[in-house]
Amino acid sequence: MRKIIKPIVAIAAMLAAVPAAAQVEVDVVGGISAPMPIAIPPMPTPAGQQTPAGATDALGRQVAEIVTADLRNSGLFRPLGADQLRAVSMDQVTAPDFPYWGSTGAQALVEGFVRANGDGTLTVGCYLYDVFAKTELTRQGFVVSPADWRRGAHKCADTVYTRLTGEGPYFDSRIVYVSETGPKGKRIKRLAIMDQDGANHRFLTNGQSIVLTPRFAPKQQQIVYMSYVGDKPTIYVYDLGSGTQRRLVSSNNLTFAPRVSPDGRWVLFSMAQAGNTDVYRVSIDGGSPHRLTDSAGIDTGGSYSPDGSKIVFESDRSGSQQLYVMNADGSNQQRISFGGGRYATPVWSPRGDLIAFTKMSGSFRIGVMSPSGGGEKILTEAWGDEGPSWSPNGRVLTFFRTGQGSGKADLWSVDLTGVNERQIPTPLDGSDPSWGPLRP
Amino acid sequence: MAKTSTKLIIAAALLATAGCAKKRPPVLPPEPVGNGPVQSGGETGGPVQTGVVPGSREDFLRSVSSDTVHFGLDIYDIDSEARAILDTQAQWLQRYPNVRVTVEGHCDERGTREYNLALGDRRANAAKNYLAARGIDAARISTISYGKERPAALGSDEGSWAQNRRAVTVTLQ
Repeated sequence: MRKIIKPIVAIAAMLAAVPAAAQVEVDVVGGISAPMPIAIPPMPTPAGQQTPAGATDALGRQVAEIVTADLRNSGLFRPLGADQLRAVSMDQVTAPDFPYWGSTGAQALVEGFVRANGDGTLTVGCYLYDVFAKTELTRQGFVVSPADWRRGAHKCADTVYTRLTGEGPYFDSRIVYVSETGPKGKRIKRLAIMDQDGANHRFLTNGQSIVLTPRFAPKQQQIVYMSYVGDKPTIYVYDLGSGTQRRLVSSNNLTFAPRVSPDGRWVLFSMAQAGNTDVYRVSIDGGSPHRLTDSAGIDTGGSYSPDGSKIVFESDRSGSQQLYVMNADGSNQQRISFGGGRYATPVWSPRGDLIAFTKMSGSFRIGVMSPSGGGEKILTEAWGDEGPSWSPNGRVLTFFRTGQGSGKADLWSVDLTGVNERQIPTPLDGSDPSWGPLRP
Repeated sequence: MAKTSTKLIIAAALLATAGCAKKRPPVLPPEPVGNGPVQSGGETGGPVQTGVVPGSREDFLRSVSSDTVHFGLDIYDIDSEARAILDTQAQWLQRYPNVRVTVEGHCDERGTREYNLALGDRRANAAKNYLAARGIDAARISTISYGKERPAALGSDEGSWAQNRRAVTVTLQ
């Protein structure tokens, strides 16, 4: 394996920055990935005990399964099958049987335990080993409430992923989206939220009104979205803690396309007045909107750069939808998309290095380009892919895929190589996914 | 020879049917008395016979050549066909000055969701502005955009898309 000391900036590659001391690392170059063989045996428990989340020994098996699924879904790891896994004793968690694990071909080994604590909490212990070097790479313990036991598993998977790839974590995060059902001409749409792997799914609205385009605020307790309640389509702010919501702006005009600034203080949105749509900014607490664009065309879909200094948006001022970047105060508007076809729904990566978009030229596809418009790369190939949203580490995108004719949509994710594309399970159909921030 | 004639007649009938599907005939044939609850007064706006309340939604739908105008791809211009339809709507609205309407703007599925909300708003406002230019008080006309959320035709083909790029005038009761 090649050792990568410094991260190399390359759009096509998901590169790993690994500390020099590490013997084992994940190497993905030029879009050709070589998933790392990794062993994640069931986790033992120091004392079998019943908890509100189930028995601790059963939880140990389930935690290992969740870690396995997360790492496999990243496309960067090839977890060993159950036939190669072997039960691990508590003693072995800190003193692994390296000769055995070496014989399986695994390069990395994840062990751990699940323990019920006296105060009702659970501890998920998580240990990562380099099998060839026979050394411990990292260890972490996560104390979670029984209701949050799956988060302990996601935190463990994030620990492994971060240590071996050098990328930021993203498994302990949620997705808010629009759950869809019913005939194409009258879809019933409900706001829904779930973990990024589809678990802990719940509905937030009842489907009586059309709801569209929910987006997480960075502090992850608030969601901005659009609702047709009362036949007055406008933007609402939904508080996940209290379950309450309020209108964002008091205008009677159509307001839509909300997106929260990285510091959580502002909402970019679009407002249509007498047929002309422009991009505005307003405090997430409400107040008077400030207009940022004033072209005669449709200006919509604003998204802040991570430092809040710039905004990417779409406009048809040139005659067709194209991407533009401007300063946060609306000055210096510059077109960045010139690749042919129409470009829409731009979203700035949380890392700042890329802008994801929907490209329309015959079909709808998801792509990325640099903020200056260079290095365009199309990641998906289907009839109707739309509405990308970044994972917290800026290395994976979720989007929705609509079927030709049926109008049925479902949620997908794709990494920046475009190779690892997979469907995200939802109880019904789904659209407009927004990937929330990493949970604390 | 006889065969050709038959074919021509069938073709003519198909054309007539196609026309009917799209537009109401200018004058509905009189219906037998007592056959159904509703009878038409025709589009000329003469005295309405039993069943249709003057100024009602039903009256509107029977009086105008269509409640819907269509648009080209990514276009919101009111063309001559749309003008002719909106003229009949304006005539009816002038006759019933207390009736308010909402114009719904719609798009086909070949645009992104948010852009289509803006485009639907453009189309609804284009129809509204035309009615206002025909003397209808703009305060009587509200607009709402549904983007691509409520297609009228369910296919993913040119014919369906053409039907879905539309502005629909709905009377508020």
